Amino acid sequence: MRIPCPICGNRDSREFDYMGHALTLDRPAPDAGLGAWDDYLHNRENPAGPTRDLWFHGLGCGAWLVVSRDTVTHEVFGAELARDVTGGRA
Amino acid sequence: MAELTAKTPCAGLLPISAGRVTVTEVDPGPMTAIAPFKGKEKTLAGALDRAHGLGGPAPGQTRVKGHVRILWFGHAHALLVGVAPKPTLARHAALTDQGDAWAVVQVEGAEARDVLARLTPLDLRDAVFAVDATARTELAHMQAAITRVGAQAWQMMVFRSMATTLVHDLDAAMRGVAARR
Amino acid sequence: MRLASGGQIDRTQTIGFSFDGRQYEGFAGDTLASALVANRVRVVGRSFKYHRPRGVFTAGSEEPNALVTLGRAAAQDPNQRATMVELFEGLEARSQNRWPSLDFDLLALNDLAAPFLGAGFYYKTFMWPAAFWERLYEPFIRRAAGLGALSGKNNDAYHEKAFAHCDLLVIGAGPAGLMAALVAGRAGLDVILADEDSRPGGRLNAETIEVAGQPGADWAEDMVEALRAMDNVRIMTRTTVTGAYDGGTYGALERPAPDWAGHSDAPCACFWRIHAQRAILAAGALERPVAFRNNDRPGVMMAGALRAYVNRWAVSPGKAVTVFGNNDDAHRTVADLLAAGIHVAALIDSRPEATTDLPVRRYAGAQVTDAHGRGGLEAISIATMSGIDKIRTDCLAISGGWNPTLHLTCHTGRRPAWSPDLAAFVPCDGAVPGMITAGACAGDFSTHACLAAGVAAGKAVAKDLGKRARKTDLPRAEDAPYRIRPLWAVPGKGRAWLDFQNDVTVKDVKLAATENFTSVEHMKRYTTQGMAPDQGKNSNVNALAVLADATGRGIPETGTTTFRPPYVPVPIAAMGAGAQGKGFAPQRFTTSHAASVEMGAPMVEAGLWYRPGYFPRPGEKTWRQSCDREVGMVRQAVGVCDVSTLGKIDVQGPSAGAFLDMLYCNMFSTLKVGRTRYGLMLREDGHVMDDGTTARLGEDHFVMTTTTAAAGQVMKHMEFVHQALRPDLDVSFISVTEQWAQFAVAGPRSRELLNGLLDTPVDDDSFPFMGCGPVSVMGVQGRLFRISFSGEHAYEIAVPARFGDSLFRTLVARAEGMGGGAYGMEALNVLRIEKGFITHSEIHGRTTAFDIGMARMISAKKDCIGKAMAARPGLVSPGREQLVGLMPTGAVKQLTAGAHLFCLGEEAVRENDQGYITSVGFSPTLGHFLGLGFLKDGRARHGEEIRMVDHVRGVETTCKVVDPVVLDPEGGRARG
Repeated sequence: MRIPCPICGNRDSREFDYMGHALTLDRPAPDAGLGAWDDYLHNRENPAGPTRDLWFHGLGCGAWLVVSRDTVTHEVFGAELARDVTGGRA
Repeated sequence: MAELTAKTPCAGLLPISAGRVTVTEVDPGPMTAIAPFKGKEKTLAGALDRAHGLGGPAPGQTRVKGHVRILWFGHAHALLVGVAPKPTLARHAALTDQGDAWAVVQVEGAEARDVLARLTPLDLRDAVFAVDATARTELAHMQAAITRVGAQAWQMMVFRSMATTLVHDLDAAMRGVAARR
Repeated sequence: MRLASGGQIDRTQTIGFSFDGRQYEGFAGDTLASALVANRVRVVGRSFKYHRPRGVFTAGSEEPNALVTLGRAAAQDPNQRATMVELFEGLEARSQNRWPSLDFDLLALNDLAAPFLGAGFYYKTFMWPAAFWERLYEPFIRRAAGLGALSGKNNDAYHEKAFAHCDLLVIGAGPAGLMAALVAGRAGLDVILADEDSRPGGRLNAETIEVAGQPGADWAEDMVEALRAMDNVRIMTRTTVTGAYDGGTYGALERPAPDWAGHSDAPCACFWRIHAQRAILAAGALERPVAFRNNDRPGVMMAGALRAYVNRWAVSPGKAVTVFGNNDDAHRTVADLLAAGIHVAALIDSRPEATTDLPVRRYAGAQVTDAHGRGGLEAISIATMSGIDKIRTDCLAISGGWNPTLHLTCHTGRRPAWSPDLAAFVPCDGAVPGMITAGACAGDFSTHACLAAGVAAGKAVAKDLGKRARKTDLPRAEDAPYRIRPLWAVPGKGRAWLDFQNDVTVKDVKLAATENFTSVEHMKRYTTQGMAPDQGKNSNVNALAVLADATGRGIPETGTTTFRPPYVPVPIAAMGAGAQGKGFAPQRFTTSHAASVEMGAPMVEAGLWYRPGYFPRPGEKTWRQSCDREVGMVRQAVGVCDVSTLGKIDVQGPSAGAFLDMLYCNMFSTLKVGRTRYGLMLREDGHVMDDGTTARLGEDHFVMTTTTAAAGQVMKHMEFVHQALRPDLDVSFISVTEQWAQFAVAGPRSRELLNGLLDTPVDDDSFPFMGCGPVSVMGVQGRLFRISFSGEHAYEIAVPARFGDSLFRTLVARAEGMGGGAYGMEALNVLRIEKGFITHSEIHGRTTAFDIGMARMISAKKDCIGKAMAARPGLVSPGREQLVGLMPTGAVKQLTAGAHLFCLGEEAVRENDQGYITSVGFSPTLGHFLGLGFLKDGRARHGEEIRMVDHVRGVETTCKVVDPVVLDPEGGRARG
């Protein structure tokens, strides 16, 4: 598997760590309630098809990425920097 | 009073050579990580130019002026090598001494690229990784920085504590490549 | 036997080798198989289940029979295909699965017991009693069935792994692959041409076909020369592409060249990971046999293989050869044999319409029904219109047609399609993104069609990658049509082999169908067809055709089993190359490593780091004696310990304080410059992640520490919190773990020791407890932190790592002069247990701030990672296990880590579990063992007597529950 790091270019997946779905970027407010926090921490869809997940380029530039890919075909559509995704929303 | 004596990371380990490849330890001089403060990327580039005659490097690139080099060093840092940073830079960026943190070696020779291909998944072809290109990548399970410094010469940096492993793995790869001829 | 002339061998270079201890000779260019054929060795192995004698069957990597063990002792390498082993001087090969010898094998009795050993015999025969399975049946089966064996010894033979990158990977260097590489190479693409043979050319090396008016093998050689002249084309011979993976990644196994043999540094194999933007599969086709009674006799072989032995290696496996086929390749075989001067006893063509001009005795519409000869083929029976004929022959060549080698197109999950015209499966378009197929693997069986497909594929890829292909002339070559009439199995009594390597017969497949294992995947598992190392390369299609026939379905409806990597067996040693011994993981050595080793300290692994356990002195016989002395040194004088392995992270920027507030549950933005504070870091789920001290060196400058074990995890977490959650913060950070060598100097005389080295002495005013700041150490700029992990008056002093070795030696020498010295991990552990300080033994991932008694550290004034979830009712409710100290009170004075706690008088069973012990140590200061552990509602149970039971080690005692901080609870020693 190859991951297109927006900074370093196409790299072997061995340079990256995986950390689940990108909704981990949507951290609830401290007072959002235990239900919201439970969803945030524990509840995930298991999509057959397109998904967005977090990868850390730990053996590379050190950037956190949001990678779009397909869990069925394994096609990787692209990757963005997590800081741009979060920063763009704020 | 007695003096503290300095020891290099690869003391007693290098140089080594096998086949048409030689590995030597590099004394890079001072090394300083530079991370611009928010919104100071532009002014930092100007300050760098004024202080050391070098701008900030683009991702994956090195700028060289005489014995001073500045390497792209990851998503947040550049690495100034060969000179201590002028204090003026501290107005624009966080400066962190890294001069003792890394083992720096140079791998050189006709088969150097074949040796590196046994240790790193990085694409080292000329069209992709020309002279002065630099990358953070994996080197035999270690975090590494690899910079091409010549047609057949690459500088590699790993954590100082891993110098023994670096030399061990390079040695094995070099002997394997040499044995093919 | 060797033919008088011909072949692509070098008759001037004789090579000596041994097989089963007997010496033979071959020529340069021979494989072990061709050399054995040349030396008239007919039986080369015994079969898997029935121990039937077997001979060389093919000339390629699909070989099912000729498996041998190479080498000896620890490095013995089993199940090597003799057809793929190039001869080298001194090669030692041994046959397998026979005892005591190949000619006389006691387990050949299995062949007589064949009626009881059919498909599923394990499940039926060895069903009960259940206990017999492990003790009797399985060991018996394992001894009786099987292939070669490893030595069972540690084999440190060198294997290699490597990476390669290209624009185009061409898989297979036959006519299609060579043309594709030429076209793409001339268009300027970076091309890797990989072929599993030692000699590029594919079938051209095995046939008498002409290309461009030249013998095919010569044309291929010229092409290779032209390709080698291009800088952008790399030819990898002896390299089998074994798998197609996601994103244009391919695995490939490179076998050693014969001239590497004897070079101790040369790898046994190299496993390549090739990344290619595009790939052209030009892997050719594999010929398939026909099943008939006793078709596994030595002397029966594939027709295409026979042509290879005759044409390429100039050897003939027989003196009177017969040829049996259902397609025109049978005729081509006869023609080649006659041209080489080999006597052909008969041509048996199952097609009634078949004709030939060849001067040979011919049977059309006939079938071979039996093969005779116990130790090797002596005669065959054939069924003709007029009855059964028997023909004397010592070699029978069979051709049942060709199967495109499409395996790689199916590695990412797609299935092939059935072509009725070819009576074979063909690849689907676009099965692997970025890969196209060309030549015989796509069903183009003539040489002309292969050359043309290669050109077209090369052009298509060049265009796709934005390059223009130059005009390429298509060399002239034969374009014979492929005429086949399917024949899978000749009907009749007796056993007719489908899968030679796993001993699966037509009967077995029919039995599977009868017993309702009608799905091809079930049939495979019930009969084991296709499950041997050859993965059924020459049996899969025949087996499923027999299954289709038995179940009354068509072949397309029956379908194929799943093709998975690797295409050929790959040694684990090659995949994990470099990971033996010191290559297993990077070793991290501190700057004091050499000095510690010189002092005789045994090293313990802490993650990747190596740290000294203790520093033995003359007269000390056990580690405990050293440890007790080192604890005493720290408590009474001064000890020195390398703490450089702790993670050190430099945090800078206007938002550095705010960032640390987010990271830690307690407050750092309020820390004064020149002061240090202990911090507790939570995971977002409310459990403790890590702890450590953070020093504020300047208004916008902190240096924080992590535990040794969690340094990498914490760095990754910090990057996540900053980049993904709080990119608004103006902060930057970088690891300085490796920049600074840092030593703990601990004990009542620590300041006295340091002041002997510091250029400006320190006192309680300049460096009060938890103070920090820059210092000058013997002229070197360093950092000093007055922090303590031992409970004593203590410091940690840091200097740039280049001075680490020198400073450590100096500190230890000075300490020794003051009644102290170096201390290791064992003493460090005892010192901290006496003080109730936690490590990852306590914050092991399931404990909370509440559990360790630090709930009040979670600041109410700010948000932090883990704050919301740490307040979950379940994480702060009564009944949770809380940190306590423990002292033994029973007759047994020992505590053990991992032991569980129970109330006195209660049975030591899970239902009664009250908690467990995490850390123990013998405290020389107090004269007894001390433990830390977790006990239900433990904070309210100080003073209680409790039972400790270690079921694993068989230790039991009673102990008293105490406050975790046993020594100096007021902390006066550290402050004073």
